[in-house]
This record gives sequence, C-alpha cells and structure tokens, in this order.
Amino acid sequence: MAKYKNHILVCGGTGCRASQGEEIVQNLGKVLEENSLENEVQVVRTGCFGFCEKGPVVKMVPDNTFYVQVTPEDAPEIVAEHLVKGRKVERLLFTDPETQERVSESKDMGFYKKQIRIALRNCGFINPENIDEYIARDGYAALGKVLTEMTPEEAIKVIIDSGLRGRGGGGFPTGLKWEITRKVEAEQKYVVCNADEGDPGAFMDRSILEGDPHAVLEAMAINGYCTGATKGLIYIRAEYPLAISRLKIAIDQAREYGLLGTGLFGTDYDFDVELRYGAGAFVCGEETSLIHSMEGLRGEPTVKPPFPSESGYKGMPTNVNNVETYANIPVILLEGAEWFSSIGTEKSKGTKVFALAGKVNNVGLIEVPMGTTLREVIFDIGGGIKDGKKFKAVQTGGPSGGCLTEKHLDIPIDYDNLIACGSMMGSGGMIVMDEDDCMVSVAKFYLDFTVEESCGKCAPCRIGNKRLYEMLEKLTEGKGTEEDLTLLRNLSNVIKDTSLCGLGQTSPNPVLSTMENFADEYAAHVHDGKCPAGQCKSLMQYVISDEKCIGCTLCSRVCPVDAITGDKKEPHLISQETCIKCGACYEKCKFGAISIQ
Amino acid sequence: MAEVKQLVKGLADQHGRTMESLLPILQGIVHQEQHISEDAMVEVARELNISAAQVYGTATFYSFLHTKPLGKYVIRVCKTITCMMHGKNQVIKELESVLKINLGETTHDGKFTLLETNCLGQCHKGPAMLINDEPYTELTPEKVREIIMKYKHQEISAN
Ligand SMILES: Cc1cc2nc3c(=O)[nH]c(=O)nc-3n(C[C@H](O)[C@H](O)[C@H](O)COP(=O)(O)O)c2cc1C
Ligand code: SF4
Ligand code: SF4
Ligand code: FES
Ligand code: FES
Repeated sequence: MAKYKNHILVCGGTGCRASQGEEIVQNLGKVLEENSLENEVQVVRTGCFGFCEKGPVVKMVPDNTFYVQVTPEDAPEIVAEHLVKGRKVERLLFTDPETQERVSESKDMGFYKKQIRIALRNCGFINPENIDEYIARDGYAALGKVLTEMTPEEAIKVIIDSGLRGRGGGGFPTGLKWEITRKVEAEQKYVVCNADEGDPGAFMDRSILEGDPHAVLEAMAINGYCTGATKGLIYIRAEYPLAISRLKIAIDQAREYGLLGTGLFGTDYDFDVELRYGAGAFVCGEETSLIHSMEGLRGEPTVKPPFPSESGYKGMPTNVNNVETYANIPVILLEGAEWFSSIGTEKSKGTKVFALAGKVNNVGLIEVPMGTTLREVIFDIGGGIKDGKKFKAVQTGGPSGGCLTEKHLDIPIDYDNLIACGSMMGSGGMIVMDEDDCMVSVAKFYLDFTVEESCGKCAPCRIGNKRLYEMLEKLTEGKGTEEDLTLLRNLSNVIKDTSLCGLGQTSPNPVLSTMENFADEYAAHVHDGKCPAGQCKSLMQYVISDEKCIGCTLCSRVCPVDAITGDKKEPHLISQETCIKCGACYEKCKFGAISIQ
Repeated sequence: MAEVKQLVKGLADQHGRTMESLLPILQGIVHQEQHISEDAMVEVARELNISAAQVYGTATFYSFLHTKPLGKYVIRVCKTITCMMHGKNQVIKELESVLKINLGETTHDGKFTLLETNCLGQCHKGPAMLINDEPYTELTPEKVREIIMKYKHQEISAN
C-alpha cells in the first residue's frame, strides 16, 4: 500500500455491501477526483471488519479513524473534513453506549478490546481482490519458507506442536491429521477445503473467504506439500456468490504469480486448486458426504473408518480441513508453534472466530482467544442484550449443539468445556436469546432443520428425528404429557447412539440441553398448559382487563373473527374458543387493556 | 430436445465425462434452464455413459437442483432460526401478496418462484433472501416490495 499517502478502507463484506457499500466506494472516488486527491488517497474495498451491526464501516488509514453507519451521502464530508481539513467527522464516530463518548479508533471500542485476530488478521485490512496487498502483509511467505527451508515432517511438527485443532466442529488435531495423510502411500493424494458452512447462525467461513481468500489458498498449498498432495479442491456452498467470485479471482492471481501451478518457489513442487460447488445440502459439510458429492454421487455419509485421510476422494488419501483451520496455518508457520500455543487454554490453543447473531446488541464477527468466557463474548464484546431485555440462553454449535444459560456464562470457552456442558463448539455460530424466546420452540426449530437436512440413509436419524419433532410440536400445542418428556429423552439417546454420521449423532443435543437447562419451561408447557415466554400460539390467550377497558369497541371492530363481544362503554370480553390469536386487538387497544397470558 | 442435447454436450465438453463431472453438469443445466427435465437427465446419462437412475438419484438429492420447472427468478427466503426471530414471516407474507402466489409457487408469467431455504449465512443481517445469485439482507416488507418492483421494471424494459 506504499504509493498513496492515505487510504480509505471501505467494508466490502456481504453485510455492508447490501447496505450501499458499493455506492460509498463510488461516491468517495468521485469526490476525491473533484478535489484532485485521486493520486494521493486510495479507496480500498476490504473484507468484513466484523462490526456488521454498525455497518457500513469505513476506516481511515494511517490515523485509524473508524467511521460507522456511513451512507453514500457522507462521502463529501469525509473528504472535505477528514482529508482536506484534518478534522474528524464526529457524528460518524462510534458512541460508547456506556460513557456516551465518541470513540475514534477501533482498538478503544468494547467490541474490539478483547479480540485477538489471527484467522481474521487480514479481514478488513486488505483488498481481497488484490494479491499484492496480501503479499505486503507477509502473504505467501510461509509457503516460501516451508518449500525452501523445511521438510514436510518439520512443517507438520510445527503444526502438531502448535496444538491447532480443527475449527470445523470436531476439533481433531490438525497436525496429526496431516501426518496420517502423509504416511499413507498412494499415487495421488488430495487436500480439500471444507467451505460448506451451513450451521444456522454461522458465517465465519464466508467472511474469511470474502475477506482473505489467499490465506486459504496458501495454507492448502502448504498442506499439499506436507501430505504429498498436488491437487487441492475447495467445496463451497452455492449460497455464497461473493466468496466464490473472490476465490476465483484469487486463484487466477496466484496462478499468474506462480504461487499455484508448477514448480512453486523454484522447487519441483506442483500444486493447483479447483473449485467445486455445493447444491444446497447441509449434510454435505460432513466430510465423507462432501467427498461423495464431489464424486458426483448423492451426498450421503459413509461409516468411518476408513477416514478420508486413508481413503477419500476417488479412493485416494484426502486431507479435509475447514476454512478457518486453514486460515490459521500460514501465521503459525511464520510465528512459530510456541507463540500459537501460548494463546488459549490447556487443550484448546489459539483463537476461535464466532459469528454473533440473535438478540445481542453488536451482531457480527469476532475472534477471541480460547478460554474467553461466554459472558465476555456476549456482554463485553456483544454489548449485552438488545432493547434492555434479559439474557436467557445462547445457542452454540448449531444443530449439533445446545442452549447454554446464565449458569454457564463464566465457563471458559473451549472444545472440552462446551461438550461437558452438553453443547459443542461446532463451527462457531452463537445465537443469543432473550426472555421472549421459548426454549421448547427453539428445540423444535432445530429439529425441523435436522429433519429437513437428514440425508435419510439411516433409520434412527430419518425416523427418530421426525418423531422428536412431532413430540415437540405436541408440547408447543399444550397437548404434551409427562410420558412424552420421558419418551423424548429416551428417543434422543437412542438416536445419538445409533445414527451413522455426526448429524444424527448430535441432532438431539438441542432437545437434551434445553430439557436439562430449562426443565421448568418444559414442565410449564406440560402441566400448566402455559408457555412462559408467550411464544407458543396455542398456549397463549388474549385477555381484556375489566378495569382498563373503557368499552371503546375498537378491538371488536378489528377482530377478523368476531371473537370480541361487549356493549359500548362496557368492558369487552374475548371468546377464547373463537379467537385465532392474530393479535390485531392487542395492537389496536389504546388503553393497554388487552394482555397476553 | 435438440437444444437440451446441445446444452448437455457443451457442458460435458467443458466439465468432462466422468462421474465427478455429473454435479457440475447438472449445476450447469440448472443455471441455464432453472431446472433439470427428464429429457435432460436421460441426455446426461447418455453423455456420461451411466444409468438414468444414477443421474436421477444425484439430481433429486440436492435442494438446489430442481427437477420441476421454476421461474426465471428464484427467490429463496431463509427460514432458519435467526431470520425467524427477526421476522421472516412478514417478509414471506409480503412476497406472497406482491407476487400473488403462495410459497412454493411460480407466477403465471413464469418470472418468479418463491421458496424457503435454510440458513444463508447472513444471520446477523436477517431476514435474508437470495434472488438467483444475489443476496438481500435486513429485509422488511417495504424493502421486499421495492426489490420486487425493481425486478419487474427490469423485465418490462427488457421486453
Ligand atoms: C452434519 C455435519 C456437518 C458438517 N458441516 C461442516 C461444515 O460446514 N464445515 C466444516 O468445515 N466442517 C463440517 N463438518 C465437520 C467435517 O466432517 C470435518 O470434520 C471437518 O471439515 C474437518 O476439518 P477440521 O479438522 O479442519 O475441522 C460437519 C460435520 C457434520 C457431521
Ligand atoms: S445420521 Fe442422518 S444424516 Fe447421517 S447418515 Fe444417518 S440419516 Fe444420514
Ligand atoms: S387476537 Fe385476533 S382473533 Fe383474538 S380477539 Fe384479538 S383480534 Fe380477535
Ligand atoms: S460486512 Fe461490513 S463489517 Fe461485516
Ligand atoms: S438464519 Fe437466516 S441467514 Fe442464517
């Protein structure tokens, strides 16, 4: 980035682009030209900054001023004030919700303070469509170092010593996987990047690929060298058009620079990468399904062993790693195993990227050291619960994970602790829920997802999950019995024990964890016929208070089914039999006389 | 029929004629035709020298490979949990009323199909939807109406 005096980094992540990010870039360009600054100031489209809540985000370099919620119309002011007069545009700075003070640099914002960015090191700093910017930040240096100075065994040892574990959910030690793949003798081996991210609430891998595609390509080439593979495949879901287009650009540029192709760094090592697209099947994220899908088959899993490292794509040894796992590799090789393993907890090293979504103030993408607590993530970084509501639960690990609650807030997050609490690290989605969310409905929701995404190959998952779903539906309709609760628990355990792949083996977790942590709420549905969160339609009642109702008749006029009776100026009454719970009366009543019970 | 034949042949030339080429070829057909007809499946089977049942098996496994005709613009609204929490139901209602179709249907002019799908990875900006390859986020009923109008105008000026 040397040539220009100043840079304006505009977020080009999907989130900010959808809120006029492109127009901001164009307007800035225009205004710079009008002020004859186009040769001094460069506008750079970067990947996601993570702070999507307050997007579009614009960062000024070198002084690191961080502008939030920028609109295309702000372009003239940014140029005239910030660049020409050297004054910050106060109104575009982030306001600290606690102190109400304006904060101008991201490092002083609560959202960024506790974060350490390793996998996301380049997201929001470089233009992902320009390989020179990646190289300027030590890009491809690790590949060069490994190819010219290290044997595969030495490089693998660094990865083993670093303690890096797979970020795709399972947490398998990455170096060990590489070693296993290396040791199998075969004519051809493959390395595969799993970019089929489909967990509800997860968007980490998308953001990495959109913001720093070269990091993944570099790591795959290193992986290839270490395992003895010359072919790389990236399996990416079709739902990620921007990530796909940035990957294509990155692959072309890397080939042009000789960083992919034949004879890399003057050695006799060849490596190239190909893209394969998913077609809308969640189960294809499971590595054996993914391989079958790439082979042109139905994406159904098969029993392991054999593991893909032994026999994978076309029956050849295939090393499958997740996008985020790969994004960590180049830095580890440059900075060393010791540095990496100094971050994190005893058994989980380094950092983890989480996608924060749901009822939290700062939604977005964050990266924290392993061992950070949920409280720090949700309250310090996430800024607490939206609209001053009460925290109720956080769902981690997607459909394989569970709902954690108040009592888990101070547990350090790592692979093993989360499993011990009945959830999972999963790929890193975190959905925060507040007092208005019904946990039985949440469990039902995840089951709906599983039922739809189950490949149907094995009976426990295909039929069992459907039965679980039906039982949960019964509960939300207020028709559940104590016996159903027992059955729910038993069947969950059977499905876990007998399903063929990870999908079925973990799909009852949302049920079990909510039953464990929110037993009262299940009991309320069964015994009192009530939904404490007031979400289950069949269980709620709209009731008019005799005291508050002045008999204005407004409600009876909006009711679509004539469920409300009562004379003018007399308290009205809702017939619960007729009421369809549309809520129209509740919204119309000006006197707060109608409540939900 | 001749057209399908040409299309499949072209795709096979591009992607190869092995089993691994099957998914890319099917994806190519969907890209062109929005769906894979029976004729197309038979044609693919012939090109790759595999059974039609095998093609059918793969084609029907994936939710993005349609075997029924779809509209020119396929709208997929995320129905997964965070989008649900942020009001995807209102978004769908609005789409149904603007397009005058129900979920799962295609407009009479064959332009729009309205579907639901699982998480699109835009959860922090929900509700989200895809129209063909284009993601739209933070949807509200008003925003949805505008977006559809834009597509409709585009169609009118194209004709
Ligand atoms: C149902 C299911 C879905 C999965 N989805 C993904 C996914 O989207 N991305 C991913 O990297 N791993 C996913 N996995 C885990 C993979 O099977 C595999 O363990 C992982 O890609 C290995 O890479 P890692 O060791 O770097 O984590 C999934 C597993 C299961 C059982
Ligand atoms: S557990 Fe479910 S997804 Fe996995 S193989 Fe069995 S049916 Fe398929
Ligand atoms: S909730 Fe709807 S149906 Fe029920 S009384 Fe009110 S307006 Fe009528
Ligand atoms: S998409 Fe812009 S900050 Fe995340
Ligand atoms: S839940 Fe809708 S995009 Fe993820």
